[in-house]
Amino acid sequence: MSTATGLSSPERPATTPTFQAPSTGRKIKNNLATFLVGLAFVIALVPLVWVLATVVVRGIGAILSSDWWGRSLSGVLPESYAGGVYHAIYGTLIQAALAAVIAVPIGILAAIYLVEYGRGRLAKTTSFMVDILAGVPSIVAALFIFAAFISILGAEQSAFMVSLALVLLMLPVVIRNTEEMLRLVPDELREAAYALGIPKWKTILRIVLPTALSGTVTGVMLALARVMGETAPVLVLVGYSQSINFDPFSGNMASLPLLMFSELSNPEPSGQFRIWGAALTLILIIMILQLGASVVSRFSAISK
Amino acid sequence: MAKRLDLKAVDIFYGDFHAVSDVNLSVSPRSVTSFIGPSGCGKSTVLRTLNRMHEEIPGARVDGEVLLDGEDIYARSADAVAVRRTIGMVFQRPNPFPTMSIRDNVVAGLKLQGVRDKKKLDEVAEASLRGANLWKEVKDRLDKPGGGLSGGQQQRLCIARAIAVQPDVLLMDEPCSALDPISTLAIEDLIGDLKKEYTIVIVTHNMQQAARVSDQTAFFNLEATGKPGKLVEIDDTEKIFSNPHEQATEDYISGRFG
Amino acid sequence: MTERTTAARPRDPQDEGSAAGSATLDTVTDTDPGRGGTDRGKATPGRGERIFRGLTSGSGLLVVAAIAAIGLFLLVQAVPSLLADNANFLTSPVFDTRDPANLNFGIRDLLVVTLLSSLFALVLAMPIALGIALFLTQYAPKRVARPFAYVIDLLAAVPSIIYGLWGIAVLAPALLPIATFLRDDLGWFFLFAPGNLPVLTGTIFTGGVVLAVMILPIITAVTREVFSQAPRFHIEAAQALGATRWEVIRMAVLPYGRSGYIAGSMLGLGRALGETIAVLIVIRAATTPSGFSLFDGGYTFASLIASAASEFSQPLPTGAYIAAGLVLFVLTFVVNAIARVVAGGKVNG
Repeated sequence: MSTATGLSSPERPATTPTFQAPSTGRKIKNNLATFLVGLAFVIALVPLVWVLATVVVRGIGAILSSDWWGRSLSGVLPESYAGGVYHAIYGTLIQAALAAVIAVPIGILAAIYLVEYGRGRLAKTTSFMVDILAGVPSIVAALFIFAAFISILGAEQSAFMVSLALVLLMLPVVIRNTEEMLRLVPDELREAAYALGIPKWKTILRIVLPTALSGTVTGVMLALARVMGETAPVLVLVGYSQSINFDPFSGNMASLPLLMFSELSNPEPSGQFRIWGAALTLILIIMILQLGASVVSRFSAISK
Repeated sequence: MAKRLDLKAVDIFYGDFHAVSDVNLSVSPRSVTSFIGPSGCGKSTVLRTLNRMHEEIPGARVDGEVLLDGEDIYARSADAVAVRRTIGMVFQRPNPFPTMSIRDNVVAGLKLQGVRDKKKLDEVAEASLRGANLWKEVKDRLDKPGGGLSGGQQQRLCIARAIAVQPDVLLMDEPCSALDPISTLAIEDLIGDLKKEYTIVIVTHNMQQAARVSDQTAFFNLEATGKPGKLVEIDDTEKIFSNPHEQATEDYISGRFG
Repeated sequence: MTERTTAARPRDPQDEGSAAGSATLDTVTDTDPGRGGTDRGKATPGRGERIFRGLTSGSGLLVVAAIAAIGLFLLVQAVPSLLADNANFLTSPVFDTRDPANLNFGIRDLLVVTLLSSLFALVLAMPIALGIALFLTQYAPKRVARPFAYVIDLLAAVPSIIYGLWGIAVLAPALLPIATFLRDDLGWFFLFAPGNLPVLTGTIFTGGVVLAVMILPIITAVTREVFSQAPRFHIEAAQALGATRWEVIRMAVLPYGRSGYIAGSMLGLGRALGETIAVLIVIRAATTPSGFSLFDGGYTFASLIASAASEFSQPLPTGAYIAAGLVLFVLTFVVNAIARVVAGGKVNG
């Protein structure tokens, strides 16, 4: 730290100054490091701003068009600018919601196991495998669901298959987040409950979990935001449809990423129009979830 | 209601570590017994074995017998959860449940044991809060979160919560150590009232407090670092503070060490 | 004197049908507050406890089972195709599954393109992530560090398909001058040699830059976490010696955070290896095998599988892609396992 720099007085050159400044070489190195570190941060901002600006500029026209939020692309010709994406919004939401319905309870229970019950080898293995699962590429998760459910069990391609793949991607996020929140709950609360003669499982369900609730909900919302943009599973596990399909258990179903990917092969300018419109729509949905997550996390019962 | 506690040849271990050795003492019903002694002598450890709370630390185990009216709380047929329902505990730092209102905090034990009767719960809440000298201060804000109370009020809330399940014995682990002098006084008064109905064991660092509130006092000490803590003597509080049997007790009381 | 241990209680995984809700009501009767004392003793934990414990450890076990199942099912589906493969699976650059009776597929090029793009991304992202992490933990005032960190995290929230679109439509043209310069003036170096594509957009180079942006928040998040835990007393000790800020970082922060930085980088690498859609959109297909140049095109494991996904119908050709997926799974497994071991418990991936 260069607090002493200014204190060496030039009036007293004969004696060594009491507060000698760091040597020039050290100062240069320090300033260079400060510059580079700041630069790194600025560099990181460039793509973020650039991507978001691109999406907004190219997509704003589409999402402001009158039919965008309320119509599907049913019967819309490739070169036409008509129609909307509500069928794809529905698909994105229902696929993520179904995945959450399965992944959230399992994830919370697994986190409770890791924090409250797990001891020894099984707990260590589980914790390790959660990390591995977090690193499984979405295309591998999709292939696994394809191999296990479609090839071997003979299930049909459907939105539900996508949801199953998304479960694998959501689980580690939910587990790690819940785990972290449960560990923040002070042991004193657990002790207080035990001392009242409340069994451990009820203590966890009624005291510990509610205390950690807002953090857990935040984690779920972030996990949802993450899986909504996944494209690989929808490519492998469900066919694209231009019109609405409300049944996640059979038939083709659109989703925003799948719609974007399908329109990539549309050579007409209207294809680009829809792609960027869908991109902006997807980003808006994800932003709403992120905002919601940060609002919920303010209502934490744990004062840090 | 209030029951008698007897400890017979109690040894406490954490894994290989022998924390406390060979404790024998008796606590009679409707009395206050205080545990005093230097830090690390095992007095809190002993307290936590009285309702099997120490079991929450992995590797902890107890030899010997802890008898509640002659019944071993460590008997093979005794469940830790059931034991804790009979022997309540108040902790060093007030720990109301942050997600619950004041009323729900008080009746948390009953509710989680399955009592659903709203009228009964309200009655118990009022009775317990009165018992903890807190009713007048909170009766208008029973639905507010317990975390909004002052430290001393929170601690009395925790006492109300502990007596709401009508335990036979009430354990207090330095209940005033996080409180200011005025709140401390309020708790001490409360202990005086509570002993009419409960058997109370209190761990305290404050010798004046032990002298003020307790009928008998137990002095714990370490022979040397690394050795297990042990019970030096237990006697009437008056006797301990005026004319103790052991030299070590007198040294500690008079402030010559610890 | 009897000895009692408190540790092991029986674990009893029961069926998931009886959820916690109904169990709550049941215990009203089965653990009636035993004032009198005779019925209060219980040797085994209550039924609710056993069910709940079973549910939680069952869920934990499910995660382990899922990983095992992924490996197993992919293997089972890949083996018949591997046996029918007429090319060498490890060394052949072709991937031809059009004729199920004559499968010719190998992963040489997939491996080259995957590793080249991912490692290039890592080389780009690592120093920048280090800088950001230092900036956020050591330089930025506490007040702004949090919102700034949030901004970096936003990079991770952008879906990869959008990165792909941006990469090919916006970034690739912008990178053209740099790419041209590298090829024309530094082409003697094998990484910058002219590649197997007719153009300089949509190359491994472009894809690597996009991947670098995508893995930046992952590396930053882990590194930042570890740096912020650097022991205060080490930092103060260095400051008390009159060290400059940079010297404090070198003495007290970097040594402490090095393993976390490496672990974070490995996590980023794992992400880059498996990234699918951005790579599929950005990197163009090539007709000739890769020559280890950044200006090559081609498929990664993930992008190849995704590109063929609509044609998964016959078992044998599909199995060829599943075999490629299996290799990718093993690759990311190893990389993530290394990250976990390097981190030594300091970070949660």
